[in-house]
Amino acid sequence: MADDELIDKTEKLEGRSSAARLFDVRVVIGGLFVIYGVIVTLLGVFDSQSEIDKAQGVRINLWMGLTMLVLGLLFLAWARWRPTKVPTEGQDGN
Amino acid sequence: MNLLAAEGPGLRLDLDVFDYLILAIYFATVLGIGLAARRAISTSADFFLSGRAMPAWVTGLAFVSANLGALEIIGMAANGAQYGLMTLHYYWIGAVPAMVFLGIVMMPFYYGSKVRSVPEFLRRRFNTPTHLLNAIIFAVAQVLIAGVNLYALALILDALLGWPLWVSIIVGAAIVLSYITIGGLSSAIYNEVLQFFVILAGLLPVTIVGLVKVGGIDGLFDAVRNSDLGDAALHTWQGTANSGNPLGANWIGIVFGLGFVLSFGYWTTNFAEVQRALSAKDMNAARRTPIIGAFPKLLIPIVTVIPGLIAIVTVKGLGAASGDLTYNNSIPLLMRDLLPNGVLGVAVTGLVASFMAGMAANVSGFNTVFTYDLWQTYVRKDRSDEYYLRVGRIATIAGIIISIGTAFIASGYDNIMNYIQALFSLINAPLFATFIVGMFWKRMTAPAGFWSLLLGTLSSLTLYLLYLGDVVKFNSDLEESFWGAGLAFVTAVVVAVLVTLVTKPKPENDLRGLVYGLAGSSTSGDAILAADKVWWRNPALLGGIAVVLAFVLYIPVW
Repeated sequence: MADDELIDKTEKLEGRSSAARLFDVRVVIGGLFVIYGVIVTLLGVFDSQSEIDKAQGVRINLWMGLTMLVLGLLFLAWARWRPTKVPTEGQDGN
Repeated sequence: MNLLAAEGPGLRLDLDVFDYLILAIYFATVLGIGLAARRAISTSADFFLSGRAMPAWVTGLAFVSANLGALEIIGMAANGAQYGLMTLHYYWIGAVPAMVFLGIVMMPFYYGSKVRSVPEFLRRRFNTPTHLLNAIIFAVAQVLIAGVNLYALALILDALLGWPLWVSIIVGAAIVLSYITIGGLSSAIYNEVLQFFVILAGLLPVTIVGLVKVGGIDGLFDAVRNSDLGDAALHTWQGTANSGNPLGANWIGIVFGLGFVLSFGYWTTNFAEVQRALSAKDMNAARRTPIIGAFPKLLIPIVTVIPGLIAIVTVKGLGAASGDLTYNNSIPLLMRDLLPNGVLGVAVTGLVASFMAGMAANVSGFNTVFTYDLWQTYVRKDRSDEYYLRVGRIATIAGIIISIGTAFIASGYDNIMNYIQALFSLINAPLFATFIVGMFWKRMTAPAGFWSLLLGTLSSLTLYLLYLGDVVKFNSDLEESFWGAGLAFVTAVVVAVLVTLVTKPKPENDLRGLVYGLAGSSTSGDAILAADKVWWRNPALLGGIAVVLAFVLYIPVW
């Protein structure tokens, strides 16, 4: 307890908070980057010569697409192997 | 702020359907996160503090992302083009040490005292006048800065995509409004983590393709050496014996003005940042939050300062006072010249994401301070929790509506970054002085807190107005903000000492957990050095590594 009426009121509520328990942001990041990766990789595969020339001869769509795809898959794998644990009640970490 | 003023089709990007698809998927994801976070909100603690349940890697990336607004990205690329590698000071001495200090030294006070905001710490350590002063200044500043973000977003979308200003303002405001009103701080934080990766994915191609064009980092440095900027732009410390360097500041100004007062003021007392750490699940996670953020911060110059340099050597005529070729357009111009459709869509999405990250941090800081620190503390004290949850949502809506109006205040400045610096030197430097004295000197009295904060703020405000009125001269706006911050800091410390000597200290019992040496469990020297069981979760060790890395990175660009 912090000996302060307003702070104590909030602290009590933290015990029954449910935030962060229902939602794993890793899945969202993973999902978005897999989608971006697929779109950009496909664009990269079919890039015209003028687009490659614009990027100084670098197949930037292909490389960035594959990079984003790998990043997305890594996030999905992480979320799958280490699922979010439900935090224990009333833990305040002292 | 005639940044990106769209005077013609010069900056217009040629987006195709896939680029728009990438942008649309992003908007949908952002709103989806808001809706998903809504299910996790049952109390005001969920809405304003994410129920204090976030893991450290999430709060740490959100911490750095909250600072990775587009103003920061565009402004730092502009500084890179204008001042060269001296811009690195903003990262390596001007951010990392302060972030580490926050995590190691200050977080035990913030998190351990269970306060719900930075102003609330002042209420407990000093008194209600100090609290009220700081809460009001903070709330007003956040709305102002959110307005700047929004206006800049509209200008850039007008320039790049040809969207009318009002469309961008309404779309941008509506999206941030919906995901924060619905999902609260959790939604803001989750989105910030996502934005962090989208911003990097969007900007990396600019650096990669740009470097290929100029022949790698060696080619870039050679080209800069032969440009108008010259060799001075490739050094960070050489030439800082006096102010005859691109930044117009000597090493004293850089170390104490930027590295100490401005940076410690910004990173350690700015609630829009600290709030991310307060939402962490336990003390160790809270302390690691800014330290985890420090590692990406070390490397962000790769996508800001380097593109700025690439722009100055590849874009002919960059550095015009107005029009399409202002320094602020460095990154948009490179996007136009170098990126094919596809990565171009990701880059535009990254810029839009960074505007939202910046604005969302301001809005979520504002609604918390308004609800907890102003409304609950001074207006309606004993209402149900549902009531405060509702107040928070209404404050979010009102704050965003006001910020649309205040956006235009910034329109008189030609470099937004300097405008933000000026604002922060007024707000954060004296606040940091008041905090640091109050945290480590138990005798400091409540009236001393109030007067040091007030007079510190007024002193830098006065200097700023004298500078604007041409009464006092400085080499650059930047130099003014260094000195303004330094003046505010010294004034606040001196006033704190003088007033303390003639007033009565608070009883020690009221200060437990708030002052060094009067602690409970969280603020003793032992607790500050406390280690976790495994070394990679030890704040002091991780923080030490970050600071050493910052020094090492300086060596090749001395």
